[in-house]
Amino acid sequence: MDWFKSLSNVLYVDLTRKTFWVESREELFNKWLGGIGVATQLYKEEVPKDADPLSPNNSVIFAVGPLTGVYPLASKTIAVFKSPLNNYFSESHAGGRSALAIRFAGYGAIVIRGASDRPVYLVIEDGKVRFREASVLWGMRSTETVGRILREVTAGPGHRTIMRIGRAGERLVRYASVVTETYRHFGRLGLGAVFGAKKLKAVVVVGRKGFKIPDIPTYRSVYDEIHNLAVKSPAMKKYHDLGTAANVLALNTIKALPTRNFTSGDFEYAEEISGEKLAEAILARRVACAGCPTACVHIAALREPYVEEPYFYKIKFISYDHEPLYALGSNLGIGSREGFLKLLDSVEEEGLDAISTGVILAWTTEAFINGIISEKELLTKISWGDYESYIKIVRNIVTQPNEFYKYMALGVEEVAKRYGGLEYAMAFNKVEPAGYHTGPLFVISLMVGSRHSHLDAGAYSMDQELLAAKKQLPTPQEAIEKIVEEESWRQVLTSIAVCLFARGIYKPELVVKCFKPLMKEVSVEELRKLGREIWVEKQMIKYSEGFNPLEIRVPERVLKTPTPHGLIDEDYVKEALRYFNLIITLSHKLRG
Amino acid sequence: MKRLVVVDVNKCVGCQLCMLACSRRFGVVGHNKSAIWVRSAGGFERGFTLVVCRACRDPPCARACPTEALKVRDGGGVILSPSKCTGCGFCRDACDIGAVMWDYEVDKPVICTHCGFCVGYCPHGVLSLEEVV
Repeated sequence: MDWFKSLSNVLYVDLTRKTFWVESREELFNKWLGGIGVATQLYKEEVPKDADPLSPNNSVIFAVGPLTGVYPLASKTIAVFKSPLNNYFSESHAGGRSALAIRFAGYGAIVIRGASDRPVYLVIEDGKVRFREASVLWGMRSTETVGRILREVTAGPGHRTIMRIGRAGERLVRYASVVTETYRHFGRLGLGAVFGAKKLKAVVVVGRKGFKIPDIPTYRSVYDEIHNLAVKSPAMKKYHDLGTAANVLALNTIKALPTRNFTSGDFEYAEEISGEKLAEAILARRVACAGCPTACVHIAALREPYVEEPYFYKIKFISYDHEPLYALGSNLGIGSREGFLKLLDSVEEEGLDAISTGVILAWTTEAFINGIISEKELLTKISWGDYESYIKIVRNIVTQPNEFYKYMALGVEEVAKRYGGLEYAMAFNKVEPAGYHTGPLFVISLMVGSRHSHLDAGAYSMDQELLAAKKQLPTPQEAIEKIVEEESWRQVLTSIAVCLFARGIYKPELVVKCFKPLMKEVSVEELRKLGREIWVEKQMIKYSEGFNPLEIRVPERVLKTPTPHGLIDEDYVKEALRYFNLIITLSHKLRG
Repeated sequence: MKRLVVVDVNKCVGCQLCMLACSRRFGVVGHNKSAIWVRSAGGFERGFTLVVCRACRDPPCARACPTEALKVRDGGGVILSPSKCTGCGFCRDACDIGAVMWDYEVDKPVICTHCGFCVGYCPHGVLSLEEVV
């Protein structure tokens, strides 16, 4: 089949009526390329601005792009939905085999509407969608077991993705994730809870089809160029050797590794949980997303003895990255590698977002120490580094045995609003932050980024680059311009659906070249214009949903702990937000 | 004659670049023209299984073919004549390791020619093309 025809197929699934159909949306893929560009338009069609994220009115959109499977490092699926954590348009990206499976199943996007009356999982295979009973899987304690069962009862090993939720999603924890291929996640902003509300336990997609490239010789040569860049690139080698965990020591050295709920940027046990130490002591295997030579996924082998029986052990394989190392390591004062891995394992089993969970646990520890909450609410004692108690709290967040834990399941902002300690409840637009205390640009980007994620603009790098170059901070207006410009280009990268780790490889000129064998003419200027347009589209949606940059709470804590750039000046941040507000208000007026 | 060999399956990261390379020989993006198959060995947590044709000297797939579409190659393995193939699938059933893959679009087997194109795209030293001794 022709590459563009198969890309333009959008699969619609209605969970309420248990029906499905395919529509050819060539006009959408022609203008918006794919990925976030197309998913944003589908969201506009699908989700009314006042929709409750946990109601059948919310839709889940998965989209891949024109380069998916075609070139190396194009392995990402973009999920778009309304977030139950902050009630805004939001997106979350994941790799694994999800992108290639969707593309080779013959779709550019999948839209999941409505809600089922009882637990189901979907099997999307050979042009059909099967709605299968999931009552037996519902309530199962580990996402790993769910994966194991689905592997056995569905077809297509090697050609499929198995996206599933854990108990956290079923019980509507607002930061529940969707796990795919055991180690990859649609982690942020609560897609797991949206699945749970739809009584959707899992989505299995089997991709057995292929498509033809019009200009084969050019295709092969562009492919080889990117392949060589990828295997020889120092940046990709870094991702392969130590993975993102290399950030732990790098950040700690400049005192930017968030520690004990952002009270410091300097963790005395950073060495113990560093990428270097983990690789030496406990790394067991690396795995890759389908279509990516890098293999950045690092898996540790944890050998645990059974206390009740001598010489009897279990070995668990747990993947680690920088973000969990910060959230469930330094930010909780956990310097024990094994303690960290056990806690991370419990988070994975339940299907929770590691970042949000870690930030909430950090707030809990401080609230407990300050006497805002007691053992009566918490049902355990807690102190920094006590990973065994943290594991108990994680289980309680999911089972929600009392009112306190019902609030814990809503996110750090909500629980702190109810019980106090808002000044150290680390959240921006209700989204718990990633692991960088690098400076003001990062903080601003968390507030204005369209999904409030560290990947919106990668501003933690901007802070660090300024530091390395010994440069002054830009003016607040320049900071916003810089962040928006970077974020706009990233809209292009996530529309063609390449991994953002490969942003150094997929430079604008190369992206143009990638389209040549597909017989699609694009120019660098057109791409940049499109990126900006997608950015505006996303801002306009959020604007209509009530987003107001002037109302964003800046957690006091982030202003009181020095960064490598010194203390963050609140006026600087506020000025940046005012300028940002001006930009989006103007955009809104221009649009009418 | 050379044949494709799995040097060390433990080095495999499951990127499937070899599978993609195999289909790319025909200008196809997908896995449907691929004669090599990488799947997890029971989940990503257990590592990977690689299935490649072993270039048997007396290949059961050729013996099972009722239409003489599969001819034994010098040095082992088989060569497919698509015009003689009826897509009965006996060859696929005859291969115990599952190395006769299937192209669902044309409903015929995909047979490894031991060309070694995939080897060039394995960045982790899992595959090699070796002289048959």
